[in-house]
Amino acid sequence: MPKRKYSVDFVVGIFVLLGLLCLAYLSIKLGKLEIIGSNMYPVYADFDSVSGLKNGASVEIAGVDVGRVTRISLDPKNTSVARVDMDIRPDVKLHDDVIASVRTRGIIGDKFIMLSPGGSDQVIPPGGQIRDTESSIDLEELVSKFIHGKV
Amino acid sequence: MITLVEKLGALARCVLEEMGRMVTFVLYALYTLVRNPGKPVHIIKQVHFIGAKSTFVIVLTSAFTGMVLGLQGYYTLAKFGSEGMLGSAVALSLIRELGPVLSALMVTGRAGSAITAEIGIKKITEQVDALETMALEPFKYLVSPKIVAAVIAVPLLCAIFDVVGIYGGYLVGVKLLGVNTGAYFHEMYKSVVWKDVYSGVIKSLSFGFLIAWICSYKGYYTDHGAEGVSRATTAAVVMASVCILVCDYFLTAVLL
Repeated sequence: MPKRKYSVDFVVGIFVLLGLLCLAYLSIKLGKLEIIGSNMYPVYADFDSVSGLKNGASVEIAGVDVGRVTRISLDPKNTSVARVDMDIRPDVKLHDDVIASVRTRGIIGDKFIMLSPGGSDQVIPPGGQIRDTESSIDLEELVSKFIHGKV
Repeated sequence: MITLVEKLGALARCVLEEMGRMVTFVLYALYTLVRNPGKPVHIIKQVHFIGAKSTFVIVLTSAFTGMVLGLQGYYTLAKFGSEGMLGSAVALSLIRELGPVLSALMVTGRAGSAITAEIGIKKITEQVDALETMALEPFKYLVSPKIVAAVIAVPLLCAIFDVVGIYGGYLVGVKLLGVNTGAYFHEMYKSVVWKDVYSGVIKSLSFGFLIAWICSYKGYYTDHGAEGVSRATTAAVVMASVCILVCDYFLTAVLL
């Protein structure tokens, strides 16, 4: 009898372990849940328009993923510009003349933030601001400008 | 005319009484659990029965669900030239909807019916009364461990369902139909967020609770005789499945 009890416990243990492993895979790998405090550092940037950009969108330098957008809101002081908070990987140092622009992947793809590194000596500290920004390109606006001959 | 109204009233009263009985049943089970949880070995046995023994059937159904999602999704997405989105389509439909619902339905069919039959037979052969006579609480041994075990086991089964289904979709989409491996997984990682996983877990937690609740209730209030137990088992499976699907709609509406 004790042997049988052990085997039930063992099977249940295996089952629970398997289930927890799957749950961990789903939430950490797919859900991007950070259990151990992330060591990414925050920066923010103000844009005239971030139309189409979503929370969790990636931040790229030369096509390489270096972070992601954590919050999109209006600038508390000047409510006509959008403030985008981003988390950047700690091994990536941003110089203070970096340019952040909202770009589209493909013609109807998602929006992401592209950073074009600068050459300055000053490095943006955690919580700092990226000053140079380019807003998202509005396809409709471009088409209407083209049609009305204002290009 | 009056008899018709009378019948309607009687029906309404019956439904209301049944609902009241169900609620007091589950409240009493939870009260028993809080006051006197009993030995963990009862819960472990139930996790073994509800969870571990259902793993095989869950793996089988989830593999085929993922594979058919891969197949259907591929041909639909190919019309728009966006086969690369296959991974995200398969993963999102599994994690948000199909994983919790299908795993709960499989558990209802496999373990829920057995719970009703077990409690029902113990009831009609007066084993429940025997427990009461010996001043042992039947709820402590028969109902509460099953509820706890279902709440533990169903989310774990749902997680297994999701992961196996994603790899089933990978098998068909990538290996059979030639979608790029990187595109499959990258689109998936990009589109699934923590909220999707979290709402799936909330769903399967509530489904586990519902299954154990409805199935043990139906068994506890079974009619007499073998026919009574068979009716109770059928009613339990039907009611649990319907409740899961109805509850799924409302949970999605609230969580989305």
